[in-house]
Amino acid sequence: MTQPSSVITDEMRAYIGKESGPVVVEVDKSACRMFARAVGYTDPVFYDEEEAKRRGYRNIPAPPGFLGHVVYNPARPEQRLDYLPPFKTPFTRILNGGTDIEYLDDICAGDVLTVTRKVVDIQERQGRLGPMLIVVSEFTYRRGEQVVAKFRGTLIQY
Amino acid sequence: MEQKVYFEDVQEGQEIPALTMHCDSQRLVMWAAASGDFYQIHYDKDFAQATGLPERIVHGALKHALLGRMLHEWVAPRGRVKRLAVQYRGMDMVNEDVICKGVVTKKYRQDGENIVELEVWTENRQGQKTTPGTAIVILPSREG
Repeated sequence: MTQPSSVITDEMRAYIGKESGPVVVEVDKSACRMFARAVGYTDPVFYDEEEAKRRGYRNIPAPPGFLGHVVYNPARPEQRLDYLPPFKTPFTRILNGGTDIEYLDDICAGDVLTVTRKVVDIQERQGRLGPMLIVVSEFTYRRGEQVVAKFRGTLIQY
Repeated sequence: MEQKVYFEDVQEGQEIPALTMHCDSQRLVMWAAASGDFYQIHYDKDFAQATGLPERIVHGALKHALLGRMLHEWVAPRGRVKRLAVQYRGMDMVNEDVICKGVVTKKYRQDGENIVELEVWTENRQGQKTTPGTAIVILPSREG
């Protein structure tokens, strides 16, 4: 038996450090409420705009973990925020390996953000489920010029 | 809503109030809709099993969001969650409890902010930590 060769190609490596073009996401008011409801929040700040303003937010805040939705438009397929790697891999199955979100400002309903993505690391490992490809990406969220959040996501393909 | 916890009250080693969520299939479908993650391993049993999983699994990002809720409910209304970083080390299956916990590891003032760092994790009913991580929150001070 020979050792299987690396699945990490030069094409994949070429993506490391390259920043994608910006994708627009909207932080919708109903989406903030829906997210809060799915996570089980009872704090009225995530449901009631007046309460949010009394508490010093510009509008209903995005609950931790919610960074808006891509404006879905089938006519503009390039406007998608892909958590999958931007390159082809031999694997079809996916697991989420980790999430790291750092907030640099409040994100509130009504915010329109732009997101850029950068692959920062690609590794392969022999896991319990067979060979795995582990891709770490950094997504930078900006409101205008201001960086409001940094999202670091680890994706496992196997 | 009144502030329950101030920076002065916090001690290193202190446990924060835990949060438990029973993740049934309705919860996972609500999460799929709210997050926009429609990968079928989270709500289609046949699909999940065809990929080799024993059952539908709880979304990792839902566990991240539940830990975020635990932190929010601890620091609200005046505090803020500044950072939450977790790794999905173990799977949680549908119809199981996800138990969120946290312990204060460090507190300090920096650039006029009252910063508290925590070790956070989710565990299952067997006590296995499936989602270890770290968090940073900002708390208000009793001095205003």
